[in-house]
Amino acid sequence: MATQEALTKGLALPRLIAIVVILAMWQALALSGLLFRDVVPPLEALVVGFVGVLISPDFYANLAITFAELLAALAGGGLAGLVVGLCLGASRFASKAFEPWLGYLGPTPKIILFPLLILMFGVGVESKMAMGAVSCFFPIAISVAAGVRGVDPVLLKVGRSFRARLDQMLIKIYLPAMIAPLLNGARLGFGVALIGVLLAETKLSKQGLGFMVMDAYQRFDMPRMYGLLIVSVGIAAVVNIVLEHLAIQAGHKKPTKH
Amino acid sequence: MSRLLPPAFGVLCIVALLCLLQLAIQAGIVDVYIVPLPTDMLASLPRLVEEEHVIRRFGVTFGETLSAGLLALVVGVALGMALQHWPRMRRAFEPWFALLAAAPLVMAYPLFLVLFGRSSLTIIVIAFASALAPVVLKTIEGFATIRPVLIDVGHSLRMTRAQEFRLILLPAALPEIFVGLRLALIFALINVVGVEFLINLGGLGQLISELSERYDLPGTWASIGLVVIVSILFFLLLDGGERWLRKRH
Repeated sequence: MATQEALTKGLALPRLIAIVVILAMWQALALSGLLFRDVVPPLEALVVGFVGVLISPDFYANLAITFAELLAALAGGGLAGLVVGLCLGASRFASKAFEPWLGYLGPTPKIILFPLLILMFGVGVESKMAMGAVSCFFPIAISVAAGVRGVDPVLLKVGRSFRARLDQMLIKIYLPAMIAPLLNGARLGFGVALIGVLLAETKLSKQGLGFMVMDAYQRFDMPRMYGLLIVSVGIAAVVNIVLEHLAIQAGHKKPTKH
Repeated sequence: MSRLLPPAFGVLCIVALLCLLQLAIQAGIVDVYIVPLPTDMLASLPRLVEEEHVIRRFGVTFGETLSAGLLALVVGVALGMALQHWPRMRRAFEPWFALLAAAPLVMAYPLFLVLFGRSSLTIIVIAFASALAPVVLKTIEGFATIRPVLIDVGHSLRMTRAQEFRLILLPAALPEIFVGLRLALIFALINVVGVEFLINLGGLGQLISELSERYDLPGTWASIGLVVIVSILFFLLLDGGERWLRKRH
């Protein structure tokens, strides 16, 4: 991807100029008075809000809760996705029977399942974990299935000629050969799980980052809300880009597009 | 026959699963106040159409999705072409668009609520913002990956710049732009339905939110199934459109 080249070729200056231009436009808009000053606050108010979020103790308490939910979601949804993906990748019949369903269910908006998850898991952290797990199951299962099919047949022959058992095949042949698609699945899964957890927190919750955003919205504390949004969108974007880099380095393959 | 067997088996498994669920609920293994009977879900469909105006809600959701997707197409193609035309601008801004594509913008919906009020406009703006980056990136990719030999043909025929653009560049970039449009419409639909649900306003997403708040379980399950089916049909339609376009080229 051209973006990757641009990131590595040391084109820091033009990108820096771009961000300065964007920030200057924002500041001009804020100071122009065209929009309410509270809604589009000037940059110094944003910095104050951002720092205010970072130094408040309840931010870290809520961040810990969101991360715990996210980890549980990734563990549950990831494991299920891995198992289903391995089965689908291994059997051509199963892949033809069930993979189209995964492909079509994958991009449907998962948040609409939240009312059902509340019924099943209650209004606490469990329903948010379930929301994240359902979200990340699909991209992980699809990437793993594609990864299994992409394993070089020569490697499989080597494994078989050494009479590797199933578990040895899995750990010594399949998983190492699938690092790139696995990382890619983790990247996509992390992104949608984070969105699922946070959106569920904004809809119905008493804790977590999503709750904090909603709380700031209801108090009309705009600088705080901007600060929270910068933090959460920033976390998602940074993790996405880091995992994409790792996946590209691991596989020297083009990143899968969704 | 053998080609149809696996998909048929898949459908059969799902039907069998639903029948098992029905039996499990009737036997009291699964709580009926959490998962209603599949037959009750089916029975609630006519009620949804008559009392909850499902058809009109379809219209609202589709209208919002199309407006956001087409807006993203127009703005995104224009931006992409501009960035492709000025390489310096491209180097400066393309990474930021890649970042925008990776950023979960829907999380900022409370912010958009403040900016645009609790209205259809908010939903369209969020969907547009999420759909824009893929169109920009795909447009750049489409124009950047045109085979040089095509451009050479244009030069050797002494085409004017307008002719070159209309007869060579645009047709060559079109398939990639359509990929961008397909992504834009998918992202738009996901965001429209999601935000409708979250802010309890508008079309199909609101239906789910309302029915669940009324504790109308069969209705909630049925409407979720309905939204999933609508999304799947929408994706199939887009897939078909893209294949049709590629065949013509």
